[in-house]
Amino acid sequence: MILLVQYTLLFTSVLLLVALGGCFAEHSGVINIGLEGIMLVGALGGALTMKFLPVSVGAPVMILAVILVSALSGLVASLFLAVAAISFNADQTITGTAINMLATAAATVGVKAMNTISSGGSDVSSEIAYTSARELLTVKLGPLTLNWFVLVTILALILSYFVLYKTRFGLRLMACGEHPQAADSVGINVYKMRYAGVMISGVLGGLGGIVYITAGINSWKFENGVAGFGFLALAVMIFGAWHPLKIAAAALLFGVFRALGNVYTGIDFLASLKLSSTIYNMLPYIISLIVLAFTSKNSRAPKAEGIPYDKSQR
Amino acid sequence: MDNTPYAIEMLHITKRFPGIIANDNVTIQLRRGEIHALLGENGAGKSTLMSVLFGLYQPEEGVIKKDGKEVKINNPNDANDLGIGMVHQHFKLVECFSVLDNIILGVEPTGAMGVLQKEQARQKVMALSEKYGLSVNPDALIEDISVGMQQRTEILKMLYRDNEILIFDEPTAVLTPQEIEELLHIMKNLAAEGKSILFISHKLNEIMSVADRCSILRKGKYIGTVDIAKTDKAELSRMMVGRDVEFVVQKKPPQPKDVVLDVKDMTVASKVHKNNAVKNVSFKVRAGEIVCIAGIDGNGQTELVYGISGLEPLVSGSLSLCGQDITKAPIRKRSTMGMSHIPEDRHKHGLVLDYTLEDNIVLQRYFEPEFTKSGFLRRKNIRTYAERLIEQYDVRSGQGPITIARSMSGGNQQKAIIAREIDKDPKLLIAVQPTRGLDVGAIEYIHSQIVAQRDAGKGVLLVSLELDEVMNLSDRILVMYEGELVGEFDPKTTTVEELGLYMAGGKRKEVHG
Repeated sequence: MILLVQYTLLFTSVLLLVALGGCFAEHSGVINIGLEGIMLVGALGGALTMKFLPVSVGAPVMILAVILVSALSGLVASLFLAVAAISFNADQTITGTAINMLATAAATVGVKAMNTISSGGSDVSSEIAYTSARELLTVKLGPLTLNWFVLVTILALILSYFVLYKTRFGLRLMACGEHPQAADSVGINVYKMRYAGVMISGVLGGLGGIVYITAGINSWKFENGVAGFGFLALAVMIFGAWHPLKIAAAALLFGVFRALGNVYTGIDFLASLKLSSTIYNMLPYIISLIVLAFTSKNSRAPKAEGIPYDKSQR
Repeated sequence: MDNTPYAIEMLHITKRFPGIIANDNVTIQLRRGEIHALLGENGAGKSTLMSVLFGLYQPEEGVIKKDGKEVKINNPNDANDLGIGMVHQHFKLVECFSVLDNIILGVEPTGAMGVLQKEQARQKVMALSEKYGLSVNPDALIEDISVGMQQRTEILKMLYRDNEILIFDEPTAVLTPQEIEELLHIMKNLAAEGKSILFISHKLNEIMSVADRCSILRKGKYIGTVDIAKTDKAELSRMMVGRDVEFVVQKKPPQPKDVVLDVKDMTVASKVHKNNAVKNVSFKVRAGEIVCIAGIDGNGQTELVYGISGLEPLVSGSLSLCGQDITKAPIRKRSTMGMSHIPEDRHKHGLVLDYTLEDNIVLQRYFEPEFTKSGFLRRKNIRTYAERLIEQYDVRSGQGPITIARSMSGGNQQKAIIAREIDKDPKLLIAVQPTRGLDVGAIEYIHSQIVAQRDAGKGVLLVSLELDEVMNLSDRILVMYEGELVGEFDPKTTTVEELGLYMAGGKRKEVHG
């Protein structure tokens, strides 16, 4: 049961971070399909930091460094989308898809090359191990082993809500996603705001990536990508109606189901059902299909999302 | 202050676009505290002139002066800094934001770290709304309030920014008669408080009732400025159109023949509420007559037309066109059988806005052998056909057949639809508010086309909210109230007052179609 709580918190954190990222991008008017790829790039940055930074630097430095590098990597990845979709009016869906494909491929090739060279040819896998550094990320709280990232996620949630609904930046950002012409007519630079929205989604997506790969295991094969978690996060965002608090609730729901897949053997009732583990692993995806089929009709996306802003159109 | 009486002056402005001169040596001088009307047909250059004032376009020639001093306006922010504000024809409001959020957007009062401080903004808004009689609920969402309230929000936006020069771009086009009354009253209040107002319109009645002076543009040229007190509607319209305009439609007595459209006990569901929007309506339209459905907006007229044209299925009842049952016929069948429809919402049902003019013109006939051969469009024939209609119906556009419909003026969009629908040679022409938002020249033209169709032996079903149009055009008037027909009238023997009584539900009588 404790394991279930632990994993639920972790997977909820992943989904929440990434969905909040998507939320910022979409409120600015840009659909970020590329979250999957952005997550992977963030994860790669974090994993490399954990591999190469000596454990002797201590937990605070390690945690901070991993967070910073992951966030920054995600941000850089998101700039691809920003430049193409905002400055060059490219189709946002296609650009996002391109980022997804590029990220997995580039990460795989890069890590394989690195491994091949450092092992002198005996190791050609796309795997990075970070066993010792990973221990620094956790803290024992009674029987629970908590991850520092959970705290970061809670902070991100509070901050997101506050920024979107209590600050000038949030008001302007959402105006750009709803009615960019209106925002423009009162002197708001729509392009800048959209860049900001996409870059925030890059930071949060990158963070989500490193949380995801360090959730259960001590190494990651980058050819696997992030198993559709970026898309799952988009489903969470839609289910959460683009509102941080509702997104948190939605992420929790999906998080529970994802965690079940990892720990169901430890829960007597579920283990006695003798279902294949595949079923549990499928659960979050099936749930997202069902939930979206019933709720997406009523949910209200930012009106201008997906439409490149054209100053001359009135 | 200085000694010039003018708040803003646009002197000898010339703005050229490839192929046309949008503004040709135009001069407008706006006095402080006056309401100055800017009158012109669609496409006369009013919008271009305002875009120049807002810094969206730079004029090739001419200067702009504020309080007698020459100023450069390079973008909307410059205009805002000079105290120029505008209520756009299509509101610039974020629908899911509150009234207050929309007002402060762009000039938000904030504390440390950009945290919004809405309380002081709310007080300023409340004070302004009291001072100028603009009652709004600052916490209501834009999507929940009426169009009139939305417009007040736009006005408050300007006042909140302390704008001194207020531009209203065709502000009454979207309002109900009561809301128009209120708006005109508000404008007078604003002027009395010292604001200078530029009122862009082509509705002569409104200009006569509210403006102090009026400047007229025609085809990009400045025609003149007149004192409203010393002029009348006929002179204004002559200056605008360049010839005398008939306000009364000339037509011969009708000669009704066979029944074209027979509606029996038609009931149509409403999309807005659970009740039926049209309840057991029966009536007939004969060849060679114009039957008009009059009523206040939202009494089921829209759904009535949806039912007849096939956009909505009937709950019960039957329809026949020239004796053939069309109750369940698909829309194209109805169209090929001789039904033409000039829809209420020309953007939603009339045109594919991002298609070219020629594609829009051929939209209901592209499948005919003349325009399609074994699945491929015959572009040449389409072009020829479009060019003929454009010529014949005087549809004006930047690039002829290949103009994107969205870029055309409202009047010319409507003309394109009318060309398409009439040229099909229909047996029944349904026209829903065909002159909505159009200027007198275009209205006169469209009215004459509708009468010509009647005289050519077509049945015409006209739905209109404008009583002037109803009285002028129709041969028979049916009044609709809460989804039912509550009276039939002969325009020669009834009065606007009598119609009004029935439209408001104060009286009713049996209608036998």
